[in-house]
Amino acid sequence: MRPLFGAGIALISAFTLSSGVASSEQLDAALAGSFIDNGQATVDRLQQDAVQAACHQSRTQPADAALAATLRQQRLDAVVFPADGNFLGDWQRGAEVADNGRGLQSSDDPAQPNGGNCYACHQLAPDEVAYGTLGPALTGYGARGQSEPMLRYTWTKLWDTHAYNLCSHMPRFGAQGILTEQQLKDIMAFLLDPASPVNQDL
Amino acid sequence: MIKKWAWLIGILAMPALSDDGIFDEYRDLMGDDNPAIFVIDEGEALWFEPQGPRSASLEGCDLGLGPGVTAGAYARFPRYFEDTDAVMDIESRLLYCMQQLQGRDRDALLAKPYSLRGDMGTELEALVTWLAAESEDAVIAPEQAHPSERAMYALGEEIFFYRAGPHDFSCATCHEQSGMRIRLQALPNLTNHDEAAEAFGSWPAYRISEGLVRTMGWRLQDCFRQQRWPGLKLGSEVSVALQTYMAVNAAGGVMTAPGLKR
Repeated sequence: MRPLFGAGIALISAFTLSSGVASSEQLDAALAGSFIDNGQATVDRLQQDAVQAACHQSRTQPADAALAATLRQQRLDAVVFPADGNFLGDWQRGAEVADNGRGLQSSDDPAQPNGGNCYACHQLAPDEVAYGTLGPALTGYGARGQSEPMLRYTWTKLWDTHAYNLCSHMPRFGAQGILTEQQLKDIMAFLLDPASPVNQDL
Repeated sequence: MIKKWAWLIGILAMPALSDDGIFDEYRDLMGDDNPAIFVIDEGEALWFEPQGPRSASLEGCDLGLGPGVTAGAYARFPRYFEDTDAVMDIESRLLYCMQQLQGRDRDALLAKPYSLRGDMGTELEALVTWLAAESEDAVIAPEQAHPSERAMYALGEEIFFYRAGPHDFSCATCHEQSGMRIRLQALPNLTNHDEAAEAFGSWPAYRISEGLVRTMGWRLQDCFRQQRWPGLKLGSEVSVALQTYMAVNAAGGVMTAPGLKR
């Protein structure tokens, strides 16, 4: 790692780039020289995996449809379903996970459980007005029922959204280890349990 | 905390829910009064105050328009400087001047460039706030004549879309669509000229929730914290590149800083 100000101006001259499109070498050098470990947020997080790289290069969907199909299938094959076959946990605990925006930030305590931060992007329980709009509203999600295909579909969206929509903005809560299997079950219940506030009229 | 704001918004500002809600109301109540005025005065005093081993002021500092010229200088950043052969943002330029003119130690200056919650604000924050005020109503016009400045824009655009980290977030995750919000916080689309101008032109800004003026360099650091990325270094290539990307997208807009924000 290049110390930013360590050797003064000689190093700053490395910022002088040729104009035009940034090459991957320029990008890598810039990233390597601009970030430092900050608590649990370490610089190895800047390494992209195949999905991140494909979605970054084309900015929305990979230009190569065959590559996209291959990556989606890889993600689908890697989904881990609940070992005990039970998809639904406790909707009340799920509500807490949906409300919690902490987890994996440099400012967060790694000893505390991560949140799903669902409300950052989705409308869920109708009595919570502080919801974001980057994702679709999920109020009334339970109307879809609890058939086996619906359980597996919803679990897969939570585990690894990229298995269906490769470059979705949504995090891969299971595949990336953001949430535990139990937390995912609780979120499943929050979405699908008829008693959950998500499925009540205001 | 969010629940508390939500309740207040429910009472006071339902029609404004898609905007900044209660913070718009606060801004209306404050009118032209912004607590940042005290920080502006502090920054001006610091500019003229002899400091460091050389007991020099910053009056000889060249912010791109010639030594000591402060009016309109902020609105032209980031820009290339021959003396460093680098594209610099205003924060790293100020640190350079503090070293060169005042003889101050870089590591000491970088030990705590931004205040923590509850602090009174740092020297760098005060200087940047005053210099932004010196560009109030100026047209945002970052230099793009030098090849390094254009390259910095290209790099910034690439980084804007770079996805990484445990949550797969890029800058674009939150800032490439219009009309979106996180919780109740409206998100500017920074690929759009008008929205980039409004956003870029309003930093540095007094943050009501923190009781402090925050700079654009701090804003980027805090974005990356929320992206679950590692720590962004002040004045680093990525920081300057993203500021260049925003400034060029905002070019032609008007500087309104220091702003007043949530």
